[in-house]
Amino acid sequence: MQPHSSKRKPYQRELPVDWWLKHAFYTKYMIREGTSIAITIYSCILAWGLLRLSQGEQAWQGWLEALQHPIAILFHVLALGLALYHTITWFDLAPKAADIWLKGKKLEDKVIVMAHYVGFALATIAALIIITY
Amino acid sequence: MSHQTSQPKRSHEPVFWGLFGAGGMLTAFLTPVMILITGILIPLGIIDSDALSYERVHGFATSWYGAAILLVLIALPLWHTLHRIFHGLHDIGVHRGRDWQQVICYGFAFAVSVFCFTLLIQML
Repeated sequence: MQPHSSKRKPYQRELPVDWWLKHAFYTKYMIREGTSIAITIYSCILAWGLLRLSQGEQAWQGWLEALQHPIAILFHVLALGLALYHTITWFDLAPKAADIWLKGKKLEDKVIVMAHYVGFALATIAALIIITY
Repeated sequence: MSHQTSQPKRSHEPVFWGLFGAGGMLTAFLTPVMILITGILIPLGIIDSDALSYERVHGFATSWYGAAILLVLIALPLWHTLHRIFHGLHDIGVHRGRDWQQVICYGFAFAVSVFCFTLLIQML
Protein backbone atom coordinates (compact mmCIF):
# COMPACT_ATOMS: atom_id res chain seq x y z
CA MET A 1 0.00 0.00 0.00
CA GLN A 2 1.45 3.30 -1.11
CA PRO A 3 -0.68 6.12 0.23
CA HIS A 4 0.65 8.79 -2.11
CA SER A 5 0.78 6.81 -5.33
CA SER A 6 -2.43 8.37 -6.65
CA LYS A 7 -2.87 11.88 -8.01
CA ARG A 8 -6.56 11.66 -7.21
CA LYS A 9 -7.74 14.18 -4.66
CA PRO A 10 -11.19 13.18 -3.44
CA TYR A 11 -13.14 15.62 -1.32
CA GLN A 12 -12.97 14.62 2.30
CA ARG A 13 -15.47 16.16 4.62
CA GLU A 14 -13.90 17.43 7.83
CA LEU A 15 -15.26 15.89 10.99
CA PRO A 16 -14.72 17.96 14.12
CA VAL A 17 -13.22 16.06 17.06
CA ASP A 18 -16.18 16.94 19.28
CA TRP A 19 -18.88 15.74 16.86
CA TRP A 20 -20.26 13.41 19.51
CA LEU A 21 -20.84 16.23 22.02
CA LYS A 22 -23.35 18.03 19.82
CA HIS A 23 -26.10 15.46 19.94
CA ALA A 24 -27.29 13.61 23.06
CA PHE A 25 -27.68 10.34 21.13
CA TYR A 26 -24.04 10.35 20.06
CA THR A 27 -22.86 11.51 23.48
CA LYS A 28 -24.59 8.51 25.06
CA TYR A 29 -23.02 6.27 22.43
CA MET A 30 -19.55 7.60 23.26
CA ILE A 31 -20.12 7.20 27.02
CA ARG A 32 -21.12 3.58 26.34
CA GLU A 33 -17.94 3.01 24.33
CA GLY A 34 -15.99 4.93 26.99
CA THR A 35 -17.06 2.51 29.74
CA SER A 36 -14.58 0.16 28.07
CA ILE A 37 -11.65 2.22 29.34
CA ALA A 38 -12.67 1.90 33.00
CA ILE A 39 -13.38 -1.82 32.63
CA THR A 40 -10.00 -2.33 30.92
CA ILE A 41 -8.26 -0.62 33.86
CA TYR A 42 -10.27 -2.76 36.30
CA SER A 43 -9.21 -5.98 34.54
CA CYS A 44 -5.60 -4.81 34.73
CA ILE A 45 -5.99 -4.18 38.48
CA LEU A 46 -7.26 -7.76 38.85
CA ALA A 47 -4.43 -9.14 36.69
CA TRP A 48 -2.01 -7.23 38.91
CA GLY A 49 -3.68 -8.79 41.95
CA LEU A 50 -3.14 -12.23 40.42
CA LEU A 51 0.58 -11.45 40.07
CA ARG A 52 0.73 -10.35 43.72
CA LEU A 53 -1.14 -13.50 44.75
CA SER A 54 1.49 -15.62 43.01
CA GLN A 55 4.23 -13.77 44.94
CA GLY A 56 2.97 -14.85 48.35
CA GLU A 57 0.94 -13.70 51.31
CA GLN A 58 2.72 -10.39 51.96
CA ALA A 59 2.45 -9.29 48.34
CA TRP A 60 -1.26 -10.21 48.32
CA GLN A 61 -1.81 -8.23 51.52
CA GLY A 62 -0.08 -5.27 49.88
CA TRP A 63 -2.49 -5.45 46.95
CA LEU A 64 -5.49 -5.47 49.30
CA GLU A 65 -4.08 -2.45 51.17
CA ALA A 66 -3.44 -0.56 47.94
CA LEU A 67 -7.14 -0.91 47.14
CA GLN A 68 -7.95 1.02 50.33
CA HIS A 69 -6.31 4.18 49.00
CA PRO A 70 -8.88 6.98 48.52
CA ILE A 71 -7.98 7.29 44.84
CA ALA A 72 -8.53 3.53 44.41
CA ILE A 73 -11.94 3.79 46.10
CA LEU A 74 -12.85 6.81 43.96
CA PHE A 75 -11.84 4.96 40.80
CA HIS A 76 -13.92 1.93 41.73
CA VAL A 77 -17.00 4.02 42.53
CA LEU A 78 -16.66 5.67 39.12
CA ALA A 79 -15.99 2.32 37.45
CA LEU A 80 -19.06 0.83 39.12
CA GLY A 81 -21.22 3.59 37.66
CA LEU A 82 -19.75 3.07 34.20
CA ALA A 83 -20.05 -0.73 34.46
CA LEU A 84 -23.73 -0.36 35.35
CA TYR A 85 -24.15 1.90 32.33
CA HIS A 86 -22.65 -0.85 30.20
CA THR A 87 -25.08 -3.33 31.75
CA ILE A 88 -28.11 -1.12 31.00
CA THR A 89 -27.09 -0.50 27.38
CA TRP A 90 -26.25 -4.19 26.87
CA PHE A 91 -29.64 -5.31 28.17
CA ASP A 92 -31.41 -2.66 26.07
CA LEU A 93 -29.88 -4.25 22.99
CA ALA A 94 -30.67 -7.80 24.08
CA PRO A 95 -34.02 -8.05 22.23
CA LYS A 96 -32.19 -7.27 18.97
CA ALA A 97 -29.82 -10.19 19.57
CA ALA A 98 -32.33 -12.65 21.03
CA ASP A 99 -35.13 -13.05 18.52
CA ILE A 100 -37.27 -15.61 20.34
CA TRP A 101 -40.53 -16.98 19.00
CA LEU A 102 -42.96 -18.98 21.13
CA LYS A 103 -45.94 -20.74 19.51
CA GLY A 104 -45.73 -18.54 16.43
CA LYS A 105 -45.62 -15.30 18.45
CA LYS A 106 -42.54 -13.15 18.90
CA LEU A 107 -41.51 -12.80 22.52
CA GLU A 108 -42.03 -9.20 23.60
CA ASP A 109 -38.92 -7.01 23.93
CA LYS A 110 -39.90 -6.01 27.46
CA VAL A 111 -39.98 -9.65 28.57
CA ILE A 112 -36.47 -10.31 27.21
CA VAL A 113 -35.05 -7.19 28.87
CA MET A 114 -36.75 -8.00 32.19
CA ALA A 115 -35.40 -11.56 32.08
CA HIS A 116 -31.90 -10.12 31.76
CA TYR A 117 -32.40 -7.87 34.79
CA VAL A 118 -33.69 -10.82 36.82
CA GLY A 119 -30.59 -12.78 35.80
CA PHE A 120 -28.42 -9.80 36.72
CA ALA A 121 -30.02 -9.52 40.18
CA LEU A 122 -29.61 -13.26 40.80
CA ALA A 123 -25.96 -13.22 39.65
CA THR A 124 -25.24 -10.22 41.89
CA ILE A 125 -26.89 -11.79 44.94
CA ALA A 126 -25.17 -15.13 44.27
CA ALA A 127 -21.76 -13.42 44.03
CA LEU A 128 -22.33 -11.55 47.32
CA ILE A 129 -23.42 -14.75 49.07
CA ILE A 130 -20.45 -16.75 47.73
CA ILE A 131 -17.92 -14.10 48.77
CA THR A 132 -19.32 -13.65 52.31
CA TYR A 133 -20.06 -17.33 52.90
CA MET B 1 -24.26 -18.50 -11.37
CA SER B 2 -20.88 -16.91 -11.69
CA HIS B 3 -17.77 -18.97 -11.89
CA GLN B 4 -15.45 -18.30 -9.00
CA THR B 5 -11.82 -18.12 -9.96
CA SER B 6 -10.39 -17.35 -6.54
CA GLN B 7 -11.33 -18.46 -3.07
CA PRO B 8 -12.82 -15.61 -1.05
CA LYS B 9 -10.51 -14.62 1.77
CA ARG B 10 -11.72 -15.79 5.14
CA SER B 11 -12.29 -12.99 7.62
CA HIS B 12 -10.97 -13.26 11.16
CA GLU B 13 -13.68 -10.87 12.33
CA PRO B 14 -16.13 -13.60 13.52
CA VAL B 15 -13.60 -14.83 16.10
CA PHE B 16 -13.12 -11.36 17.58
CA TRP B 17 -16.82 -10.66 17.32
CA GLY B 18 -17.57 -13.84 19.29
CA LEU B 19 -15.10 -12.91 22.01
CA PHE B 20 -16.54 -9.38 21.99
CA GLY B 21 -20.04 -10.72 22.55
CA ALA B 22 -19.05 -13.19 25.23
CA GLY B 23 -16.99 -10.55 27.03
CA GLY B 24 -19.83 -8.05 26.80
CA MET B 25 -22.27 -10.55 28.28
CA LEU B 26 -19.95 -11.44 31.15
CA THR B 27 -19.19 -7.77 31.80
CA ALA B 28 -22.89 -6.87 31.82
CA PHE B 29 -23.81 -9.56 34.35
CA LEU B 30 -20.78 -9.79 36.65
CA THR B 31 -18.44 -6.79 36.40
CA PRO B 32 -20.63 -4.46 38.54
CA VAL B 33 -20.75 -6.89 41.46
CA MET B 34 -17.04 -7.70 41.09
CA ILE B 35 -16.14 -4.00 41.28
CA LEU B 36 -18.53 -3.61 44.21
CA ILE B 37 -16.84 -6.43 46.13
CA THR B 38 -13.12 -5.98 45.36
CA GLY B 39 -13.12 -2.21 44.90
CA ILE B 40 -15.63 -0.90 47.44
CA LEU B 41 -17.07 -3.31 50.02
CA ILE B 42 -13.81 -5.06 50.99
CA PRO B 43 -11.54 -1.97 50.99
CA LEU B 44 -14.10 -0.10 53.11
CA GLY B 45 -14.39 -3.05 55.50
CA ILE B 46 -18.13 -3.49 54.89
CA ILE B 47 -17.33 -7.08 53.96
CA ASP B 48 -14.63 -8.50 56.23
CA SER B 49 -11.31 -8.75 54.39
CA ASP B 50 -11.14 -12.40 55.47
CA ALA B 51 -13.43 -12.98 52.49
CA LEU B 52 -10.39 -12.31 50.30
CA SER B 53 -7.76 -13.74 52.66
CA TYR B 54 -4.61 -15.13 51.10
CA GLU B 55 -5.45 -18.72 52.08
CA ARG B 56 -8.92 -18.50 50.61
CA VAL B 57 -8.04 -16.82 47.31
CA HIS B 58 -4.86 -18.87 46.87
CA GLY B 59 -6.78 -22.07 47.53
CA PHE B 60 -9.37 -21.07 44.94
CA ALA B 61 -6.81 -19.96 42.34
CA THR B 62 -4.87 -23.21 42.67
CA SER B 63 -7.85 -25.44 42.00
CA TRP B 64 -8.37 -26.21 38.32
CA TYR B 65 -11.91 -24.84 38.28
CA GLY B 66 -10.92 -21.75 40.28
CA ALA B 67 -8.08 -21.06 37.88
CA ALA B 68 -10.43 -21.38 34.91
CA ILE B 69 -13.02 -19.08 36.51
CA LEU B 70 -10.41 -16.44 37.38
CA LEU B 71 -8.94 -16.52 33.87
CA VAL B 72 -12.38 -15.95 32.35
CA LEU B 73 -13.37 -13.26 34.86
CA ILE B 74 -10.15 -11.27 34.42
CA ALA B 75 -9.29 -11.77 30.74
CA LEU B 76 -12.58 -12.17 28.85
CA PRO B 77 -13.86 -8.60 29.48
CA LEU B 78 -10.69 -7.31 27.79
CA TRP B 79 -11.64 -8.96 24.49
CA HIS B 80 -14.82 -6.91 24.71
CA THR B 81 -13.35 -3.60 25.84
CA LEU B 82 -10.34 -3.57 23.51
CA HIS B 83 -12.62 -4.31 20.55
CA ARG B 84 -14.66 -1.25 21.50
CA ILE B 85 -11.56 0.87 22.07
CA PHE B 86 -10.22 -0.17 18.64
CA HIS B 87 -13.42 0.95 16.93
CA GLY B 88 -13.64 3.98 19.22
CA LEU B 89 -10.30 5.23 17.90
CA HIS B 90 -11.96 5.53 14.50
CA ASP B 91 -14.87 7.44 16.06
CA ILE B 92 -12.61 10.05 17.61
CA GLY B 93 -10.77 10.50 14.34
CA VAL B 94 -7.55 8.55 14.88
CA HIS B 95 -7.18 7.10 11.40
CA ARG B 96 -3.46 6.58 11.07
CA GLY B 97 -2.13 3.04 11.19
CA ARG B 98 -5.39 1.14 11.56
CA ASP B 99 -3.53 -2.17 11.13
CA TRP B 100 -1.21 -1.33 14.00
CA GLN B 101 -4.08 -0.08 16.13
CA GLN B 102 -5.71 -3.46 15.64
CA VAL B 103 -2.53 -5.35 16.49
CA ILE B 104 -2.00 -3.24 19.62
CA CYS B 105 -5.63 -3.49 20.82
CA TYR B 106 -6.16 -7.22 20.36
CA GLY B 107 -2.50 -7.79 21.23
CA PHE B 108 -3.09 -6.11 24.58
CA ALA B 109 -6.08 -8.37 25.34
CA PHE B 110 -4.01 -11.36 24.24
CA ALA B 111 -0.98 -10.34 26.31
CA VAL B 112 -2.97 -9.90 29.53
CA SER B 113 -4.74 -13.22 28.88
CA VAL B 114 -1.39 -15.00 28.49
CA PHE B 115 -0.04 -13.17 31.56
CA CYS B 116 -2.95 -14.45 33.71
CA PHE B 117 -2.85 -17.91 32.16
CA THR B 118 0.87 -18.25 32.90
CA LEU B 119 0.49 -17.07 36.51
CA LEU B 120 -2.39 -19.47 37.12
CA ILE B 121 -0.56 -22.44 35.54
CA GLN B 122 2.59 -21.84 37.58
CA MET B 123 0.50 -21.63 40.78
CA LEU B 124 -1.40 -24.85 40.09
